[in-house]
Amino acid sequence: MSELEQYSAGSRTNIERPIKDPGLEPHRERMTDKSERHARNAERQVALLFGLSVIGAIIAVWGFFAFPIVGGDLTATRNGAFWMGIGIALSLLGIGFGAVHWAKTLMPDAEVSEDRHVARSSDETRAKAVEIIKLADGESGFTRRKLIRRSLYGALAFFPIPAVIIFGDLGPSVGDTLKHTMWRSGTRLTKDPTGIPIKASEVTIGSVFHVIPEGLSELEHHKLEEKAKAAVLLVRVNPSDLKEDPAKAGWSYDGIVAYSKICTHVGCPVALYEQHTHHLLCPCHQSTFDLADHCKVVFGPASRPLPQLPITVDAEGYLVAQSDFLEPVGPSFWDMRK
Amino acid sequence: MEKNLNKKPMRRRPWALGVVIFLGLIASGGGYAFATQGVQTNVTGSAEQIEEGRKLFLANCATCHGSNGEGAIGGPSLIGVGAASVDFQVGTGRMPGQASGPQLYKKPVQFTEEQIAAMASYVASLAPGPAIPSEEILRTDGDPTHGGELFRINCAMCHNAVGAGGALTEGKFAPSLDGVTEKHIYEAMITGPQNMPVFNDANLTPEDKKDIITYLKYVEQNDSVGGLELGSIGPVAEGLFTWIFGLGFIIAITVWLGAKAN
Repeated sequence: MSELEQYSAGSRTNIERPIKDPGLEPHRERMTDKSERHARNAERQVALLFGLSVIGAIIAVWGFFAFPIVGGDLTATRNGAFWMGIGIALSLLGIGFGAVHWAKTLMPDAEVSEDRHVARSSDETRAKAVEIIKLADGESGFTRRKLIRRSLYGALAFFPIPAVIIFGDLGPSVGDTLKHTMWRSGTRLTKDPTGIPIKASEVTIGSVFHVIPEGLSELEHHKLEEKAKAAVLLVRVNPSDLKEDPAKAGWSYDGIVAYSKICTHVGCPVALYEQHTHHLLCPCHQSTFDLADHCKVVFGPASRPLPQLPITVDAEGYLVAQSDFLEPVGPSFWDMRK
Repeated sequence: MEKNLNKKPMRRRPWALGVVIFLGLIASGGGYAFATQGVQTNVTGSAEQIEEGRKLFLANCATCHGSNGEGAIGGPSLIGVGAASVDFQVGTGRMPGQASGPQLYKKPVQFTEEQIAAMASYVASLAPGPAIPSEEILRTDGDPTHGGELFRINCAMCHNAVGAGGALTEGKFAPSLDGVTEKHIYEAMITGPQNMPVFNDANLTPEDKKDIITYLKYVEQNDSVGGLELGSIGPVAEGLFTWIFGLGFIIAITVWLGAKAN
């Protein structure tokens, strides 16, 4: 058994150092230590850097007044911000570089080492501490009076519970808002941003419409939240190009299909539609969906197809939703199928 | 005097009505014919122009698009694509295509304006389709704010918020719109070239399209208020710039801080 194997890992402390401590490097004098002329030059350089800092501050103040912010003139704002930024940067860097240059060239640079203090207190101090604790225990009766001690333990155990329970009130509950959108049976498909309803006859083959539900623009509250869930991409393809699942065959109208625009990966708007490949590309992480095949994922990190909005036309020829989406839109979450 | 009283004025004569009706018919019918002739010249061109276009088509396009524009191996049917499509594809040099691939590139234009107009007239004569837009709608005096909003909703996801272009799937890309003429932008919207979808007049009205073109020309002609644009392609270029110059500067300072003075 070799010497090393006698010890369990980490237990051995007195191995000889494999590399000797070389100690401190011999001190080498700088040019500024050797020559007064160099020292004076360094002094001037430091002063020059501090002077640049002053100039920087003046440039920043000049930039503030020379380019007043005028409503509508973004170029003036940009120029003002540019010169103030340059000035403030010069001002700060001048002080910083000056201080470092000063320390490096003129302040003493001889290395010294100091040993650490011993962490252990003296035996006398330690004995005194034990004595104080024992005295306090005796006087308070902490060990002697069991009832007090145990009831205090109980109080301390129960005390944090309200703090934990309070977390239940942080923010409004999400409830089932993730599972529903504004779409209802008969809601008309309208153009984003005007809210003009769309007739099926207007959607020619190869067309893409960016769609919001009717009434979204009139919402007083949570308009953006509703838009973020209900945004739809409407496309008409040649009906013979569609590979329709018989169970969802009634969801499209004469080659017109509507899909949620919110990516099922992390919720970016998926709207890069290629007319001939029928690919829908998400610009964030390159998830690609095959629009002709119920938006099946053909590439990228998304794990489920974009939800399809079942559509039809009403008596006046406008496109309407048959119902809400039948599954949650946007990024998947753990209890989404419940 | 008596003689004059007995004589009926010319306009009361029975045949006068016939003359008035005849003149009226000539004026309205002739005017209508003249007016419609004007429109047709704009849309489809004269018979000679169409014939000229047919010859150019047979010599340059028929191999892929079929001798009657019905489509063949390698080229789609051109029936119903309209004059605007020809003007865009040939006028930007994308057609005649150089090589098959994920996408056809813009390249030096191969034909004169007259030749392009002749081919456009020929293709437009095959079946009705989108016409070349009028000068009126191509003036960039629309509303750039409204155009910018429409551009961000309908176009920016592929072409970038200021039209710098972007990548699509499998080697395809949305080209940069910088320097593209007003006419070609308009024609691209109404015809949907290659993998671009179509934006018909029900989706974006001609006024909307004019606003979008106004917006694009505005961003093309005005400096970016954010300073150095770095190609306007967003976080990749900006991040790289910060990595190289920002981090490089910090590393240089760190090395200087750690180095001993001479």
